[in-house]
Amino acid sequence: MNFSQAFKMAMKSISSSKLRTFLTMLGIIIGVCAVIVLVSVVQGSTGQITESIESLGANAISVNLTGRNSSKKITYDKMDDLIEEYPDLIKYVVPNMTSSNAMVKRDNENITTSVTGTNSDYMNVNDREIMVGRFINSLDTENRRKNAVVGTYIVNELFGGRNPVGENIKINNEIFKVVGVLEAVSDGEEGSNDDVVIVPYTAGRTLFKTDVIRSYSVWATTSETVDSATDAIKAFLYRHFRDEDEYIVISIASMMDAISEITDMMAILTAGIAGISLVVGGIGIMNIMLVSVTERTREIGIRKAIGARRASIMTQFLIESIVVSSMGGIIGILLGTAGSVILGNVMGINAFPKFYVMLIAFMFSAAIGIFFGWAPANKASKLNPIDALHAD
Amino acid sequence: MSEKLISGAEYMIDIRNIKKIYKMGENEVRALDGIDLKIKPNEFVAIIGPSGSGKSTLMNMIGCLDTPTEGDFYIDGNMASKLKDDEQAFIRNKKVGFIFQQYNLLSKLTVEENVELPLIYAGVPQSKRKEMVKTALERVEMYDRRHHKPSELSGGQQQRTSIARALAARPPIILADEPTGALDSKTGAEVLKMLKELHSEGKTVVLITHDNKIAHEADRIVRIMDGKIVFDSAVDGDKSEVNV
Ligand SMILES: Nc1ncnc2c1ncn2[C@@H]1O[C@H](COP(=O)(O)OP(=O)(O)O)[C@@H](O)[C@H]1O
Ligand SMILES: [Mg+2]
Repeated sequence: MNFSQAFKMAMKSISSSKLRTFLTMLGIIIGVCAVIVLVSVVQGSTGQITESIESLGANAISVNLTGRNSSKKITYDKMDDLIEEYPDLIKYVVPNMTSSNAMVKRDNENITTSVTGTNSDYMNVNDREIMVGRFINSLDTENRRKNAVVGTYIVNELFGGRNPVGENIKINNEIFKVVGVLEAVSDGEEGSNDDVVIVPYTAGRTLFKTDVIRSYSVWATTSETVDSATDAIKAFLYRHFRDEDEYIVISIASMMDAISEITDMMAILTAGIAGISLVVGGIGIMNIMLVSVTERTREIGIRKAIGARRASIMTQFLIESIVVSSMGGIIGILLGTAGSVILGNVMGINAFPKFYVMLIAFMFSAAIGIFFGWAPANKASKLNPIDALHAD
Repeated sequence: MSEKLISGAEYMIDIRNIKKIYKMGENEVRALDGIDLKIKPNEFVAIIGPSGSGKSTLMNMIGCLDTPTEGDFYIDGNMASKLKDDEQAFIRNKKVGFIFQQYNLLSKLTVEENVELPLIYAGVPQSKRKEMVKTALERVEMYDRRHHKPSELSGGQQQRTSIARALAARPPIILADEPTGALDSKTGAEVLKMLKELHSEGKTVVLITHDNKIAHEADRIVRIMDGKIVFDSAVDGDKSEVNV
């Protein structure tokens, strides 16, 4: 008896008892569905985190000055020496001063927004464009000019969408002149990267209530030199502070490494959960296949009486369990995909299952059919024909 | 493996002192207690005897459905009692066609599919199978019912289907264990007529019955009692001499 015959026989017996087939599949369907949803949501959300970190740039190094020892400080001019000292490694040194809820006013309109104090290189490390006017330039920073660049949300809220360049706004009651508008990156939504005001770091002393800059974005010359640049910055800061606790220097690349470690852990975790739920589904299959062997003992006896070999019976039962479990797998994949998409929409992430995840889930469910179908198939094939015939 | 099996032996069935003993705790049931029986090709043998005397046990042994506790037997020259599992399957498939009292058709398959099954297990290609199934079903006048399920058929029709299944792979031996037992006398007579036809075509037929009249249709009658052969004789032309 060849394979296609065994397959036809198995299909016949599957389709002649649909309820039993469905119940057998149920464990696999639920298991695969849960696994697909779990993996896709985890992958979708880590994908989003990774993306937003990656958008910070592969060349970026974040420098934070902790200020533990308040007697020692480092000025922007001193920090800027990094570029002269390591011209092969470091391209930009960009200060970041932030006041996250500054009051911005124009006439009677006023809103609370986040104000950033920085220099002209901000544009180079933040992948943004100017829509109207210009960005802050070095003259602004040198001369402490109270000029400001605003995002489109501010333009819409305070200027009703009109061109604001040349007009004045008040930031915490200090007058600033708008010199430019940033191209929208988040559809001008509130709280997004379009809900910002950028001023020269030198002009914001009262605004930021300090002239100590605690945070810098340093830009390495290339993504290959990021690690050496990180070391150079650490050495530079150590020479200044003589205390490693005074600063935290970390490249975006190494943050990515840390995140991918977490992602890997989550992958192992989900794989574990996946394994457990599929094994439970598999035990269900085995159970029902064993019951089915008992129920069908007479059928097996008849088949043997007319010349079925052990291998023929074995193949038929094994194919039955593989077909049932892979069909369960396919249904589980379809339901899981639907579930992931729905959940992804609710969570605002792209959680459409990756193809390889579906493929692995499918192969796993087929493998479960083989693994858990083996014992019942073997039992069926070894039945003594006369005992099987006399079973009721 | 099955290629090693021979055919063309002097005896189609050759049973040498076989015993089948069931141990039930303290007691033992000697279902077969030293049976010697030789059946030549194209003999028509009726086995008779009271209920529980071991007729079915003997028949199941010949059909390789069961194995003896002691002794050996040969099917067409092959020592069936010592064959491997797959070789026994080959004997059940190619050498023997079994007809049961309870028909033993697969209820989920149609008449046609039931008859096709031994051919599938024999590895006959599909095109040839169709033809062989048709021939077998036409023999028993069941071809027009080929798409029916067994549950849609009368007892006689089911038994005819099971005869077609026994013939399909064209085995030299037909074993029938009380094939008319569940049928009324008219349909029983039809079944018997078919067995006689098979015999006249050259098949070796072994028939179990408890009906003396039916037994007298055979060439030879073997009577079993308590697992032993107590009578074994050819049936004479006018059949009056045999008094069993
Ligand atoms: N599986 C079994 N276990 C125990 N005893 C059995 C078994 N099969 C048959 N027997 C016994 O063997 C004897 C012969 O049975 P059987 O061959 O079916 O008789 P017959 O067909 O002549 O009526 C009976 O006593 C029966 O009870
Ligand atoms: Mg009997």
